[in-house]
Amino acid sequence: MSGTGARRWLPYLLLLPGGLWLFVFFVVPMLTLASTSLQEGSLQSGYVLTWRIANYTEAVTAFREQFLRSFGYAGIATLLALVIGYPLAYVIAFRAGRWRNVLLLLVIAPFFTSFLIRTLAWKIILSDTGWVVGALKTVGVLPDNGRLLATSAAVVAGITYNFLPFMILPLYASLERIDPRYVEAAQDLYANAFTAFWRVTWPLSLPGVVAGTLLTFIPAAGDFVNVRFLGTPSQSMIGTVIDSRFLVVLDYPTAAALSFLLMLAILVLVVAYVRRAGTEELV
Amino acid sequence: MNVAGDGIRVIDEPSPGDRLHLVDLTKRFGDVVAVDHLDLVVEPGSFVAFLGPSGCGKTTTLRMIGGLEQPTSGRVWLGDTDITDLKPYRRPVNTVFQNYALFPHLDIDANVAFGLRRTGVKGAELRRRVDEMLELVQLPGYGRRRVPELSGGQQQRVALARALVNHPKMLLLDEPLGALDLKLRRQMQIELKRIQTDVRITFVHVTHDQEEAMTMADTIAVMNSGRIEQLGGPVELYERPATEFVANFLGQSNLLKGTVTGTDGDRRTVSVGDRRIVVPADRVPAGGDGVLVGVRPEKITIEHAGGPDRGDGGAVAGGNVLEGTLVDVSFTGVSTQYLVALPWNAEVMVFAQNLQVDERLQPGAPVRLLWAPEHTFALCPGTAAAPRDDAAAPDPPVAVTPGRIADVVRDG
Repeated sequence: MSGTGARRWLPYLLLLPGGLWLFVFFVVPMLTLASTSLQEGSLQSGYVLTWRIANYTEAVTAFREQFLRSFGYAGIATLLALVIGYPLAYVIAFRAGRWRNVLLLLVIAPFFTSFLIRTLAWKIILSDTGWVVGALKTVGVLPDNGRLLATSAAVVAGITYNFLPFMILPLYASLERIDPRYVEAAQDLYANAFTAFWRVTWPLSLPGVVAGTLLTFIPAAGDFVNVRFLGTPSQSMIGTVIDSRFLVVLDYPTAAALSFLLMLAILVLVVAYVRRAGTEELV
Repeated sequence: MNVAGDGIRVIDEPSPGDRLHLVDLTKRFGDVVAVDHLDLVVEPGSFVAFLGPSGCGKTTTLRMIGGLEQPTSGRVWLGDTDITDLKPYRRPVNTVFQNYALFPHLDIDANVAFGLRRTGVKGAELRRRVDEMLELVQLPGYGRRRVPELSGGQQQRVALARALVNHPKMLLLDEPLGALDLKLRRQMQIELKRIQTDVRITFVHVTHDQEEAMTMADTIAVMNSGRIEQLGGPVELYERPATEFVANFLGQSNLLKGTVTGTDGDRRTVSVGDRRIVVPADRVPAGGDGVLVGVRPEKITIEHAGGPDRGDGGAVAGGNVLEGTLVDVSFTGVSTQYLVALPWNAEVMVFAQNLQVDERLQPGAPVRLLWAPEHTFALCPGTAAAPRDDAAAPDPPVAVTPGRIADVVRDG
C-alpha cells in the first residue's frame, strides 16, 4: 500500500516549497506587521505591543486626504488606461494579422527598462523646459507660466502609463478568445457594427475588463514612485505616507496601521466592484 | 397564415418575389479561386443543398448569400433586389452557423430574441414569438437555461429557432449537423425537413455528407473546385450522374472505360473490353466515342458462372452481362460486398442483399454479373462537365439559368 500512500501525500509534497516560501516571506511578515500596528512607544525607548487600536483611528483621521487622493488618482488612471487600452487590445486581437506579435512585444517593451527609469524619463518629458510643455504653451492649452510637472495631471499620467500594460494584456487575452463567429452571428441577426460590439463583443470581453482594471487599480492605489518623481507633497498618496513613515519618520506603528488600512480598503473596493460587475465566477 | 399539422403557424407563404439568383458569382482569396463564376436560381420555398468536399466553395457561396463574405465579382439577387452590397444586418436572410455560435453570455430566451430586439419587436409580441419558436423546435420551457447547459442537439435547435424567429426570406445552414453524433444527426435531418415543410422558407443547406443532402434537399447542387458539377433532385443525381466526380461523390459507382459502337433505336451499344453493354441513348453524352460506362453496385445481380448461361457475349433479353472472377467477399450485415475482377484489368463492386446466398460464391469462383440497361449510365471520362443529349427540363423548383452551369448540367 506504499504506492497509494505516496500518491496521497504527493499533492502536499508539491505544495510544500510554495507553502514554505509564503509562510516565511508572507505570513510571518504579515503577523509582524499586524503586531507592529498595535504597538506604542518611540524609536528611542523602543516599541511595545499594547494592542493600541487608536493607531488605526488616528491614522485614518490624519491621512484621510491621502487615502481619498490615492483612490481618486488610481480610479482616474484605471479609467484612462481602459479607454486607451481597450481599442489597442481590440486592434491587436482582431485586426493586427501578422503584426500581432510585434504589437504585443511593443506593449510589454517598457518592462525591459526599470520602473524607476521609466518614471524618471517622464520627469524629463514633462519638465518645464521640455518640448511637451513648450508645445502646449504654443497652442495655448497651458498658460505662459503653466507647468505639467508637480501637478495631479502629471501623477495620474505617470500612473496610467506605468500600469497600461497590465490593462492591455488581460484585455487582449479575453478579446482574442472571442470567436469571430459570435460577431458574425450578431450581424446576421440585424445588429450593425456598433450594436454587435455593444451586445456581443463588450460583454464577452468583461472578464478581461475586470482583470485589467483590478491589475491596474490595485498597484496604482498603493503607488508612491510616480508622486515622488512627478508630483509634490501636495499630491502625496497613501503609499507616499507609508513610505515616509517607515523610512523617514521611523513611526513604525502608524506605518503598519496605514498598510493594513490600505489593504482593507482595496479589498472592500475590489469585492464591491467584482460583485457589481457580476463576474464572481471569473475572479 | 396557415396552421401546420401541430398547430404551429406557417410563417409566410413563399412568394415568387423571394427567388434567390446568383449571377456569375466569383470569390478569390489571393490566388485561390474559391467560387468560380457560379450561376444559380433557387425558387422560394425550396430546400437546396450545396454538396461537396471541403474546399469546394460551398461555404463561401453561402457566406456570400448571407453577406459575411464579399464576392470578388458577380451579383446576388433576392427577388428584384440586388443585395450584393448590403451589409449582413440589412439582408432578410438568417444563418445557422456551424457549431451554432450561440451567444454564451445570454440565456436561451435572449439568444432567440436577439434578432427580434434589433428589429424593434418587444413586449408581449417578443415573448409570444420566442415562445412559439421554442415550441416549434421542441424546447418549450428552456428559455431561462444557459447555452452550456444544453446538449449539442438542443443547441442546434436553439440556433435554428434564433434564425427562424425573424421570419427570414431564406435560411442558410452551414453544416448544421456536423457536430452531432450519427443517431442524433439522422433524427435532426428528419426534424429539419419537418420544420422546413412547416415554415416553407427557402432553406439553403451546406454539407459534405451526401446522405444528409439526399435525405433533406429537394435539389442538390454538387460542387467541386468552386463550380456546380451537377444540379438536380437526389434521385436524378444518383441515377444519372453527369460527371465522374458526381458518380463517385454520391454513393459508389462502377465506371468502366468503353467506346460507343452503335445505335439500336433508343439504345446505344458501348463496347467494354471484349463485351458490349447497352445504355439508354438519353444517358449517353454527346460528343466523343470514348466514354465511361457506369452502374451502381447494388443494381448488379451476381451469380455463379456454373449456372445456365443467359448471355451470348452481349445484350440478350435486354440485359447487360459481364463475366469475371470473384476476388473478395465481405459481409457487412445488410448486404454482402463482392469484388469481381474482369478479364481486362478492371474491377466491379457488387452489393447484394443477403437473401439467397450461393455457397459457391467464394474468392476465385467464376461469376456472371447481370443488370438492366436502365440502370446503366455513361459519361465523358475525366471531364468536369459533360453535356447530355437529352432535352428534358430541369426539375423544379430550382431552375438553371443561361450561363456557365447550363453547359455543366445539360444543354436543354
